[in-house]
Amino acid sequence: MGGTAVRVEGLSKQYRLGSTHAHDGSLAGALSRGMRQLVGRRSMPPPADDTLWALRDVSFEIKKGEVFGVIGTNGSGKSTLLKILSRVTEPTKGRAVINGRFCGLLEVGTGFHPELTGRDNVFMSGAILGMKREEIARKFDEIVAFAEVEQFIDTPVKHYSSGMYVRLGFSVLAHMDPDILIVDEVLAVGDVRFQKKCMGKMEDVGQHGRTVILVSHDMPAITRMCSRAILLNKGTVVEAGPAHDVVNHYLHAGHIQPCAEWPDPAKAPGNEAVRLRAVRVKSETGQVADVIDIRKPVRVEIEYDILKPGQMVVAQFGFNTEEDVIAFIVNDRDPQWYRRPRPMGRYVSTAWIPGNFLSEGTMVVGSGLFSEDPWREYCDVPRAVGFRVVDPGTGDTARGDVTGRWEGAIRPLLKWTTDHSPF
Amino acid sequence: MESAVAQEDSCALVIEPRTGYVHVGWRELWAARELFYFLAWRDLKTRYAQTAIGAGWAIMQPLLSTLIFTLVFSYLAKVPSDGLPYPLFAFAAILPWSLFSRSLERSTLSVVTEGGLIKKVYFPRLIIPIAATFINLVDFAIGFLILIGMMVWYQVAPQWTLVFLPLFVAVALLTALSVSLWLSALNVKYRDVASIVPLMTQLWMFASPVLYPASLVPESIRWFYGLNPMAGVIEGFRWALLGKAPPDWTMVSVSLAVVVSLLIGGVMFFRRVERTFADVI
Repeated sequence: MGGTAVRVEGLSKQYRLGSTHAHDGSLAGALSRGMRQLVGRRSMPPPADDTLWALRDVSFEIKKGEVFGVIGTNGSGKSTLLKILSRVTEPTKGRAVINGRFCGLLEVGTGFHPELTGRDNVFMSGAILGMKREEIARKFDEIVAFAEVEQFIDTPVKHYSSGMYVRLGFSVLAHMDPDILIVDEVLAVGDVRFQKKCMGKMEDVGQHGRTVILVSHDMPAITRMCSRAILLNKGTVVEAGPAHDVVNHYLHAGHIQPCAEWPDPAKAPGNEAVRLRAVRVKSETGQVADVIDIRKPVRVEIEYDILKPGQMVVAQFGFNTEEDVIAFIVNDRDPQWYRRPRPMGRYVSTAWIPGNFLSEGTMVVGSGLFSEDPWREYCDVPRAVGFRVVDPGTGDTARGDVTGRWEGAIRPLLKWTTDHSPF
Repeated sequence: MESAVAQEDSCALVIEPRTGYVHVGWRELWAARELFYFLAWRDLKTRYAQTAIGAGWAIMQPLLSTLIFTLVFSYLAKVPSDGLPYPLFAFAAILPWSLFSRSLERSTLSVVTEGGLIKKVYFPRLIIPIAATFINLVDFAIGFLILIGMMVWYQVAPQWTLVFLPLFVAVALLTALSVSLWLSALNVKYRDVASIVPLMTQLWMFASPVLYPASLVPESIRWFYGLNPMAGVIEGFRWALLGKAPPDWTMVSVSLAVVVSLLIGGVMFFRRVERTFADVI
């Protein structure tokens, strides 16, 4: 024990993008280039923007027995890093040193042939992963039992459901007992119960002193299972450190702040009658907060000055998802001020959003000040503030204990009743 | 830095860009021999899935060729056959020839065919064309039973020369492998190769003594004829099995020399190019 399991030094990978010349990839292209060179005309070097650094100068170190997380958005270089570590492709620069039996698999069920039975495929897939035949035979019953496909083990896998296929694929991988295991999003497949089982198995693996590299979008899983993590963005390491900190950084990435203030009235949105001064996202307890527990209420407040008496002002918030889908729009309906002329002064209007109502992910809040009758716009600030809603995975939310993707712009926890009448 | 290096296990795997000469990696290849076995076994199990007569196809193809060649070349064109019955003469060549041509075709396509695996998991890539070549020994073995039947029918007894038979079978396989190492690697980048190979094998057959004896080729250019390794293989196979018309040993030595150099070059070329497979397929 102790020591380094994986050391990565300045790893870089450059890809050539699709060629600009139609014939470049074909034999004809190669021959004509060859001919041109023969007759003395030098072929054009590829233009610089023809290449892409999928990974650039990435360095990190993983200790033996550590569960290490790799996070980042699509296209951040995660897959390229995995491909290099699992030796599917070669780095352009830099090196990685791996100490111990290593298992890299970029897809569950790799090596499965649809015409072969489950039994045959376990052996096939095991052999591709580098297991000895005798080792597979020894673990065979365990693998099949874990995948829960005992009944169908002698059926060609082309007749399997996708769930069965994935379970069997993962099971082979999980029983490899490598010193270093790479898991890429495999936990996002199969049904919920099986996902939990996989998580359990992974945690087991981690606790038995093996090194696990977990690549996932599932932030709670990363925080729970990993001790350390790196955050990749556009092929470089943006942050490395304790998993919790890195995850937080990832969640807060982007330019959306929970608080927007305009200290200088002259530059604030609005006009000579009404000026916007601030928009803030606050937690239940009144602190400005950028991460909100999905179960907890959240307050969004708008601070504005009324500079001329008699204005009938209505504050408005529009809540959009990260994908810019409008989740809902709310206008201030406080009966105390509703369509009443207001005296001059500073106002703070707060919208109270209940817990267990918003969806997980980033909420972007646009804010405006209007008069409704007659219609008049004082100011309208799209993407004024934003915050991140997280599900702690405690099982008492609308999600229950289901992991994985969950669609919907909002996610209310509703009251459900079920009537039962016996036959 | 010094201490970090000391921490590494002696068996540590270092991943870095390879430059210049890439060694063959015999040890790794040997360690993956079970994978070779599994790949071959998978191919056998799946090849004749959902076919009506299954392995019968392994017999049908050479038998039909022999029938047609006998009609055209013996009955109509009266091509000599070293004093052997023409069907036996032809079949004794078609058998090693199909072993070669099918190995070559299958192995050339093998790397692209297994692209899904190559993009997902690491294993010694050389295993793929090797398995795709050697798998054809099974069809060969089935065909060999037919050949024995024909020898009994025509009452041709095998001679002591039979001991050389495995040598020529091995050379046929190595020839196919040596050429397909080049072609399978090239096929990854230039899919044109897949279209060229059937044409190539067809022409190659007429450049080999399959349908006619090598004795028809003028002695003065026999060594040149031997540049085609399959010329030596087919003459040698026929001689080892049927004991008539010993091959021209100059021709066989030239054939062997060509195979060995093609093979060494092929392995080196394949190893050099294989690192880009996953990026290009």
